[in-house]
This record gives sequence, structure tokens and C-alpha cells, in this order.
Amino acid sequence: MRFMLLFSRQGKLRLQKWYTATAERDKKKMVRELMQVVLARKPKMCSFLEWRDLKIVYKRYASLYFCCAVEEQDNELITLEVIHRFVELLDKYFGSVCELDIIFNFEKAYFILDEFLMGGEIQDTSKKGVLKAIEQADLLQEEDESPRSVLEEMGLA
Amino acid sequence: CPENEMIRVIRSARTQGEERGVIQRECAAIRAQFRQADSGGRSHNLAKLLYVHMLGYPAHFGQMECVRMIASPRYSEKRIGYLGAMMLLDEKQDASLLITNSIKNDLSHSSQYIQSLALCTLACMGSAEMCRDLAPEIERLLKASNSYIKKKAALCAVHIVRKIPELGELFTPSAHSLLSDKNHGVLHGAVVLITELCERNPGNLDEFRKAVPELVQIMKGLVTSGYSPEHNVAGISDPFLQVRVLRLLRILGRNNDEASDAMNDLLAQVATNTDSSKTAGSAVLYETVLTIMDIKSESGLRVLAVNILGRFLLNNDRNIRYISMTSLQKIVQTDHTAVQRHRGTIVDCLKDQDASVKRRALELSLALVSAANIRSMMKELLRFLSTCPPELRSHATSGIFNAAERYAPSQRWHIDTILHVLITAGGDVRDETVPNLIQLISVASELHCYTVHKLYRALISDISQQSLVQVACWCIGEYGDLLLKGDCDEIEPMQVTEDDVLDVLETILQSHMSSPTSRGFALTAIMKLSTRITNNIDRIRSVVSIYGSCIDVELQQRAVEYNALFKKYDHMRYLIMSSHTIILGIPMSKSTGFKLHSVVEGWSPQDILSVIMYKHTYTQSNFVVICVVPTILHSRYG
Repeated sequence: MRFMLLFSRQGKLRLQKWYTATAERDKKKMVRELMQVVLARKPKMCSFLEWRDLKIVYKRYASLYFCCAVEEQDNELITLEVIHRFVELLDKYFGSVCELDIIFNFEKAYFILDEFLMGGEIQDTSKKGVLKAIEQADLLQEEDESPRSVLEEMGLA
Repeated sequence: CPENEMIRVIRSARTQGEERGVIQRECAAIRAQFRQADSGGRSHNLAKLLYVHMLGYPAHFGQMECVRMIASPRYSEKRIGYLGAMMLLDEKQDASLLITNSIKNDLSHSSQYIQSLALCTLACMGSAEMCRDLAPEIERLLKASNSYIKKKAALCAVHIVRKIPELGELFTPSAHSLLSDKNHGVLHGAVVLITELCERNPGNLDEFRKAVPELVQIMKGLVTSGYSPEHNVAGISDPFLQVRVLRLLRILGRNNDEASDAMNDLLAQVATNTDSSKTAGSAVLYETVLTIMDIKSESGLRVLAVNILGRFLLNNDRNIRYISMTSLQKIVQTDHTAVQRHRGTIVDCLKDQDASVKRRALELSLALVSAANIRSMMKELLRFLSTCPPELRSHATSGIFNAAERYAPSQRWHIDTILHVLITAGGDVRDETVPNLIQLISVASELHCYTVHKLYRALISDISQQSLVQVACWCIGEYGDLLLKGDCDEIEPMQVTEDDVLDVLETILQSHMSSPTSRGFALTAIMKLSTRITNNIDRIRSVVSIYGSCIDVELQQRAVEYNALFKKYDHMRYLIMSSHTIILGIPMSKSTGFKLHSVVEGWSPQDILSVIMYKHTYTQSNFVVICVVPTILHSRYG
């Protein structure tokens, strides 16, 4: 997978993850172009299209488009399943996920994505496994952030 | 949470200008916070900046803050710091080198979640230098550690190998042993790593072919295992892992009989037993088909694979139909007969609503045309042409012409097909095909009358399609006499007067829709008619004289030469503008005396050369010159 984009019907980018080194201005150009192409697609059309030298796999979930660019030898059908798995993870984490969740908790969305995929490849094929890891990491973050009393700070309590 | 407040404020901005104002204020505040050495809300601050960056605003002033946060002992700060690094830094920036040390330390941290952050970031934006530096660490993690870290180390190794293929050597030994792990994440990572190692360095293939039996076992386990809730997707046990294993098997079995044999049974089993009612199963079947077709499989297995693709063509899910056609396209040359069996279904897909599916169906249909099916296929292709989306039309017309030329069952059929395409889609026929079409028409001599009549009738109702215009003009110029005679065997008669013909040609000359090439064709046709009509030579003379001062330089030059033909060289006009073949001969001595079709008395060799040049340049005719000249002249003029 070269990159994954999440964007709304109005063309607002909600998440972008790039798995190959790309210059900032090239990223901007590609995102703009690709969003236009995908947003022009009609509802009954196929989830796959060819764009530049890449294969694009996209799926719309409510108001968000999940869009991945994969290489020639990648399996488009399993990519659809990867997208679906990511949506399921978000859904379980946020409890019936909606676009606003992704907007206001964008860093959480990234943390989940980074626990699910690395270098564009799946890390853990078990949904439970990914969610458990995120839960533990969140716990660690909470412990870290919780205010400590003066005595605790001094190691006396 | 402070960043939520900022997000709310930004979203409530009513104009782009207002938003920019808010962003500017927020960025100023963030910058100020960055400068303060020890502020409590550092992670929130950076998170705000990352949001701003996501909206498209510049955020490079946050790069150093990311570096600082990554070095913090607190998990919450590391977490957002590493995220920031992945979003704001790329390998080209110097700042990215500064985090190498932090990553190195974090790779051996006691908390696996911190190790995880380091691995993820390295795999995301690690430069070649960083990779070289940290590769030994990754290799160590591949061997030691728990499955949580092992699976991440494997994918990190994949990134390293992509950046510096030679470092693959470092990971090759451990990669193989990872295949005996029970954890699916580790297995998946191992398979991806081995795939990468084989693709980057074919020298590794022999080594990893030894793993084929293990891979086959893994697949068997997945396919025959009972329901496993943790890995089940729509009735398939870990389709993600299955797909990757199948892909690796493909690479290992390619061009290798032994490896291909070892996986034959497994592939048959997967192909037969996998339920394709949902996408997960179809994904596995798809990968299986790709593998079967790419390795050295038995013919029975290949047929099985093509049949799966055929079944896919009938699937309700459009995605699966599309995938099927993509795969069929890849094998249509090598397994032509097998794919031909599904021709009917493929042709049906020409009617699909989706343009991508249509495009695939068109490519495949063209590839499946043969001498045996040309008539029925052409019917379908012409039907398709009438409802074809604009972006596919010129490809379709080219494909149709090629197919017609290769397999035309008769000349009449061929001409009819050409005419049909020109008349219904002439605007999409590529300019380069026009000379070829003219050539084909000129060779079909019994059909000249029919052809010129049909083209003339198409022309009088529509002069906007340039290729149609060009071919029609050429035919009218060349066979105008047949057009004017009125009757033709295969068409209802229609009275065409000299004025009618000149009217349409002049309309083309004057129309703003006509391209320069088309206007050239029209003018030449008018000129040629001067030798085929009787009553309107003056009209032709005046048209030609008007265009002598036309703005278009090429048209002007043409008209000037034609003018000259009328004025100074009228004796040559007939010869130049009339039919194909001119036979010129300078009479030999009386002793040889043989009959010639046209004898030009008193012409110099220069005259003859001029005629030939003119004819070549200005009439777009194909012609043959048979020249009989006395030997003396031959030796002098060659």
C-alpha cells in the first residue's frame, strides 16, 4: 500500500497516511487530484479504478471515503477487507463511529491505524488483538497523564 | 481537552479568511508555548499543531518540538511526538536524523508499547542512513522478544529491505524460522518479509523454496481448521494471511517444477473448497487463481482457475466482475481457448453501467475476436459503439478497424463496417487511420459506386465528423463520376447534381467546424471534379481562385497551384486530376511502335516529372506511373 486517505464528500481531508517517502507538494497535488476523481464516481460504480500507475481501492462509509493506493501486484479484494477491518476497529473503539469522532479525535484514529498497519502491511490479523493493544496503550497514557500529588512526586506515597 | 476547543473554533469559522485568522492566532500561541521550557500541556499543544497541519497549513516550526517530545520519558509525550515526526518530518530533513538516537534507545525500552512506537516510526519514515544504523537492532528483535514485538520487527525489516536491499542478508536466517511461530501476526509479518526478500534478491529463491512444505501446511491448517472466532472473516479463516501465503507460493513456484508440484494439491483444494459468497472468500480465490496461472501447474488446474474467473463474471458484485476481467486480460493470449468459452458473458459486460467494467470488457472482447466469430463479435462491437462512453470511443474505433482488417470475411463486409464506423462515430476515429481507410476503399473497386453514394449521403446530413469528412471528400473527388451517374445496385437511387456535390464541398471548405486537413481534402476533391464534370468548370475555377488568397497557408498554396493548372497548364490538368493510373509514353521509333493508353506528344521529360510531382503532392491519389522512355532519356534522367 502506498498511501491511505480518508475524506468527506465535501473534499475535506480527515486522515492521510503515506507509506512511501513523498515530497509535501507532491502529496498535496495527488490528494487534490485523487479526491476529485473519486468524488466524481457514481454510487453504483466499481470500487476499483486506475489512476496514474497505481490501483485505487475505495469505499464509502456514511459520509467518509476510505481510499487506498496499492501496487500492481496487490490484491484489490483483500484491500477492501483491510479497509473494512479498519472501519470495524474505529467503530468498536469509538462506539458507532461517525465523522465527528475522526475530526475531534484524529490522533486516536492515527494511533489505531498505526497499530493495525505498518509500512502499509497488516501487523495483526486479529481484530481483538489490535483493540487490546490500543486499550493497553491508552491505559499507559492515562497513568502517565494523571496528576500526581506532591507526596507521590517525591516518592513518599 | 484543549485541542477539541481549538477544533471547534476553527470549524465555526464561516469563511476561508476567518479560518486563516483563527489559525494564525492559534499558531502564534502554539509557538509561544513551544518556547517555554517546561509547560504542562505539551502533548495537547503538539496535537493542535498536527490538526492545523492536516488542514493544509504550514507547520514546520513544530519539527524540533517533535524531536524534544520523542526524547521525553513520558509515554503520552512520546506517543504524540512520534506521530508528529511521522506527519511533519520526512527523511529529507535534517531533523529526522536527530531522532535516530531516541529511536535506538526506545527500541530496547522495557515497555513494549514504547518499543512499538519506535518500530512504527522507523518503518514509516526511516531514511537509508537510519535503516543502516538500526538494522542490527531490528534483527535482534526478530529473534528475541515476544510476538507483539516480533511481528512489528518483521514489518520494520521489510521497510529496511526496501530502502537498502543488501541488508536483506541480515534478515534471511531469522525470516525462515519465524514461520514456525503460532501467532498469526508473526506469521503474516514473516510471509511479507520473505516475499520482500525474494522480490529484491532472486538469489534468495532457492533458499526459501525449502519453505514451501511449511507454507503448504500453514495454508492447509487455515483451510481445514474449524471455526476460529479470532481470525474468522465471513466464514474464511484469516483471509489476510491466506492471501499473503498464496502470493508467496506464487513467487516460489514460478519457473520451478518441483516447487509447483509441491503446491499443486493445496491449490486445487483451496480453489474447490473456498466459499466465494463474500468478498473475503473471493479475495482468497482470486489470489489462488493468480498463483495457479503463474506457476507451472497442470492443465486441469489451469482450467479450474479459468472457470473460477468465468464464475466471477456472473457474480452480482461488480467489483468481482471487474477483477475477473482484469485477470482474464492477463491470460487471454496464453490460454486463449479457455477464455473463449466465456466470451458470451464478457460481451454482456459491454452493457455494464460502470465505465471501468466497460473498458475491461472492450479490451477483452477485442482480444477474443477471431476468424470464426468475427461476424457476431462485430455486431456486438458496433452495438457497443453506439452507446459507448466518450473516453472509450477512439480506442473502440481503432480496435474495430484492426479487427475488421485482420478477419474481414468479405470485401463488402469490410467496406460496410468501415462505413458504419465512419458514419456513426467518425468524430472519434483517429486521424492517422484515414490514409489506411482510403487505401482499403480504393482497393475494393467493385464497391466504389456503393461507397461514394453512402458517404455522400452521410455527409449531407453531418459535416462535423472530421474523419468521415476526409474520407468522404476523397471518395467524392475520386469517384465523383459514379456519384453523379445516379444509380447504384445496392442503394435506392438518388439524384445528385453537380451543383449539389459542389455545394457540400464548398460548405465544408467554409465551415468553422472543418479542420485544416479536412479543408485540404475538400479543395482537392473540388479540383479533381474538374475532370469529371461537364457543366460547372467555371464554378470550380472561381472557388480555386478565391482560395488563392486564403489565410491558411497550406490551403492557399494548394489553391495557387490549382489556379496555375487552370491557367498555364490546362493540358496537364486532365492527366493530373484524373484516375489512378497514368501511363505516359514518349513514342519510340516507328520500328517498335506499340499502343499506349495515353500518348503525350511534344512533352519534355521535365513535363512528365512535373505531372508526377503534382499528382503526388496535390491529389492524395495513389497512382501508378508506367513510363516508357527511349534509353537515351533514361540514362540522362534516371
